This record gives sequence, C-alpha cells and structure tokens, in this order.
Amino acid sequence: MDLFIQLTVSGLTNGAVYALAALGFVLIYKSSDVINFAQGELLLVGAYVTFFFVAQAGLAWPVGVLLALAVAVVLGVAVERTVLRPLIGEPIISVIMVTIGLASVLRALVTAIWGPVPRSFPAFIPRDEVLILGAVVSADRLWAIALSILMLALFSLFFRLSNEGIAMRAVADDQQAAMSMGISIRRIFALAWSIAAVTATIGGMLLANIIGVGGNIAGLGLRVFPAVILGGLDSIPGAVIGGVVIGLLEAWTGGYIGQGLNQIVPFIVLTLVLMVRPYGLFGQEIIERV
Amino acid sequence: MAIQALSLRFGGVAALTRVSLEIRRGEILAVIGPNGAGKTSLLNSISGLYRPQEGSIRFFPAPDDEEGVELTRRRPDEIARLGIARTFQNIELFRHMTVLDNLLLGRHIHMRANVLTGGIWWGLAQREEIEHRAVVEEIIDFLEIEPIRRQPVGTLSYGLQKRVELGRALALEPQILLLDEPMAGMNVEEKEDMARFILDINEERGVTVVLIEHDMGVVMDISDRVAVLDFGSKIADGSPQEIRSHPDVIRAYLGQEHA
Repeated sequence: MDLFIQLTVSGLTNGAVYALAALGFVLIYKSSDVINFAQGELLLVGAYVTFFFVAQAGLAWPVGVLLALAVAVVLGVAVERTVLRPLIGEPIISVIMVTIGLASVLRALVTAIWGPVPRSFPAFIPRDEVLILGAVVSADRLWAIALSILMLALFSLFFRLSNEGIAMRAVADDQQAAMSMGISIRRIFALAWSIAAVTATIGGMLLANIIGVGGNIAGLGLRVFPAVILGGLDSIPGAVIGGVVIGLLEAWTGGYIGQGLNQIVPFIVLTLVLMVRPYGLFGQEIIERV
Repeated sequence: MAIQALSLRFGGVAALTRVSLEIRRGEILAVIGPNGAGKTSLLNSISGLYRPQEGSIRFFPAPDDEEGVELTRRRPDEIARLGIARTFQNIELFRHMTVLDNLLLGRHIHMRANVLTGGIWWGLAQREEIEHRAVVEEIIDFLEIEPIRRQPVGTLSYGLQKRVELGRALALEPQILLLDEPMAGMNVEEKEDMARFILDINEERGVTVVLIEHDMGVVMDISDRVAVLDFGSKIADGSPQEIRSHPDVIRAYLGQEHA
C-alpha cells in the first residue's frame, strides 16, 4: 500500500508537469496548426532561467520566479517575431521543421551558458517528508501537484472568460472569420507561444525542484508527445488527462514491473488507444465528405 | 470609398484587371456578374484578405475627410477596426460557440478591458460586459433570433447561420458592410426576410452596404446602384434601370446574339 501511494504521488507529480507542458503544446497546435517540437526545450530553458535568478543572481525566490516568467513571455514573443512571422504563408510542415531547429538552438544555448553538468537546485519549495495514509511522501511533490492544478484552473478560466482567451478560441475555430472581427492573428500567435513558454517554465521549475537542473528536463518534457497524442492533439482537457495518465503509467510500471520498462509502457498503451481511437481520447474527429 | 485601377493576379491568372469603382456613403451597392467574374476577389481585396498588386482602395471614414485611408497594404484585422465588416460566401462562423458568443466576438474591436485591467479594476470589465451585451441583445432582437441565442452555431439551419453571420458583422457597428451572397441557397421567404434586414440596416442604422448577389429580382429591388464585373473587369455601373438595359451587361449574361 505504501509503495502504491508513493508511486501514485510520484506519477501524479510528473503527470501534472506533463499536463502543464501539454497545455502550451495544445494551445500552439490549436491556434496555428504548428506541432511544436521545442516544447521540452521550453521546460529546460525555463528551469535554467529560474536557476539563474534564484541560485546564481541570489534573488529572493518570489522575485526570481516572477522574473523567470517575464523572460518566458519575452521568449514567446521573440519566437513569434523571429521564427514564425517570416514563415507566414509557408507550408505548415516547414514551420514544424523550424521548431525542431529551435529545439536544437535552445538546447545548445543552455549548454553554452550553464555547461553540460547537471546542478542541484535551491529548494524554494519545501522538501519535508509528509505521511499520507502511512506512506512517506516528499512535500515538494504535493506542492507540484497543487500548483499545477492551480495553473490549469487559472488558464481554463482565462480561455473561458477573458477577451484574449475568447479571441484565441475564435482563431482556433476559424482564422479568416477571426481576422474579419478585427482580431490580430499575430498577437494571438505571440500570446499562444508566451503562454506555452510560461506554463513550460512553471513545469520546468517544479521538475528542477525535485530532480535538479540538467539536460534530462528536456527529456521529461518530451513526454508531452505521448500525453497529447493520447488526449487528442487539439483538446485541452485531453492534454491534462493524457499527461496524468502517462505520468501514472510510468510510475506504476517503474515500481511494479521494473525500471526501464516505464519508458516503453506509456507508448504501448498509446498505440493500443490509437488503434481504437485514432484521434486520441478527446481529439476532434476530422471527417471529410467527398 | 474610392477604388482605383485595382489589379489582382494569382500567378498568371488575372482575377481583377484595373477595376475602378466608387462606393457612396449610405448607399446599397450590388456587385453582380457571372461566376468567376471577380466579385468575391473584389470583396476580399477590400477586407484585406487578398493583396492586390496594383491600384488603390481609399476609405474615407468621415464625410469631411478628403485624405482618406489607404486599405491595400493593411491587414484584415486593421481594416475591421476601421469600420468595415463582412460576411462570407461559405459561412465562416465560430461553429463550436453559441450564437451569443459569436455576436460578442463581433464586439472584440470595441472591448478595452483585458486580463490586466480587468484584474485591477473589475468594475470596468463588468460595466463593459453589460454594455456589449446590450448592443448584442438589440441585434438579436432586430434579426429575430431570440430563441436560438444559446445554441451552438454548428447545429443551426443554413438560413439561420447566414442570419447569425450578418448579426456578427453588425456587432462591429461598421460604416460599411460587405455581404458576399447573403441570400444564396435560401427559399423565397428567407430571402424576403434577409432583404428586409438589409434595407433596415441601411436605412435605420445608416450603414453603407455592398452586396454580391445572383438573384436579379432582389438586386433590382433593393439596391441604389449596381456594378457589373465580367472576367475581372468592370463593364458597367449605374442605377438598376440603366443596368437592366445596358448592352454590355446583356451580352455578358446572355451572349453575343441577344445584344
């Protein structure tokens, strides 16, 4: 029982972070049809930037975290300006290839600035041990779950209620009509990338707090792919559920069956789900009538 | 609005060739012509979806504004903000949203509150919300779509979708309304309703209307002036009576021997 609780908490933690990263991924896909292969690197950059402000610049952590989020917004706008805007009107596959290039650039930049050796992260989230139903669990994992849920709730309110969020849904639905309503597509794309970078930064710092800063954060960020494909590329609730399912599957197979298998089992389940539901669990089926 | 020597090409295909046309304040102007004559291309050039290679489109927002604003280099969202709204030939509504949400999106250019100001001063956002709801409810009343206002647009009939799209364009409170085949595929009764709405929009709200329409009965009934396009060139414009008897127009529609 203790093992089950520990594994579940650890799975939920990773799952919550995957869900955050997947949220940004789905946003970019929904608003611009671009599959962002640099999503894992956004987590990596976010984690290192937070590390810089909190550990290297020695700022108080609330200030450091806010600055890191500001950097994420700037990064999102910069990507739209320099990477996406010159490619407007080009085939979507070109834009997707460019995100692979962006991933390499971001990874190389991080290595150039901070070096290849992983470092420990100053714990600004308490790492005390907590007892849940008799099982020992680290508090930072519970914080990570709580913070992720809070962020996901905030963003879903944003989409439902704010002008920008509604405009974003309009762009996802019909770009031409959105433009004729006076909605600036460029602003919406910049906003989508900024939100993706912000959620990735939060995910990155939560991960770094648990496992330290290093290249493996980008590797964990890569798990957004099984998560979003499972949930359906264009579904935000799907991204959240996909993230949690992948996180739990990894933890349970790692604990009960064996380390190493946890890398494979999520993909086996993914394949099985896709055989039954090719658009993912919650994805929109595209039906073309000829 | 003054359109001058407008040319639009797609590769080697000339969609519009040196089209000049004046759109007068407060009129209903019908643009007619055979299929592929360039009617929709003209509308898309005005609303910024297409970028013409040559010519100019000058929009005069105020009656005493001699200078005007050049539209050909502007983005569609900028043009919408200037007060030019449109509907599409193949309905382009936000299908997953309700009628009300679609119309509220038409208010986008009039909304000032954003996440930051709304967070700081909740009252402003709330007052704005009430204002916009009032405008939208008035349009819903006007178009007689009260019973369907909470339904997702995708579930509505074709005729109603066309009406919702008109409502969404009206919500922008435009000076000029561009309607691309507002009555296509409608039955007689629906067409009569739509014609009445267009006349009311023009007379009561003082909106200049440019519409593309194939139903000649409707065109002759409701428009003040008619412009005729054929193979990307304007071949005539004038009052409905003049157009009816214009030899070039008869030739374009019926062929050489009838002229």
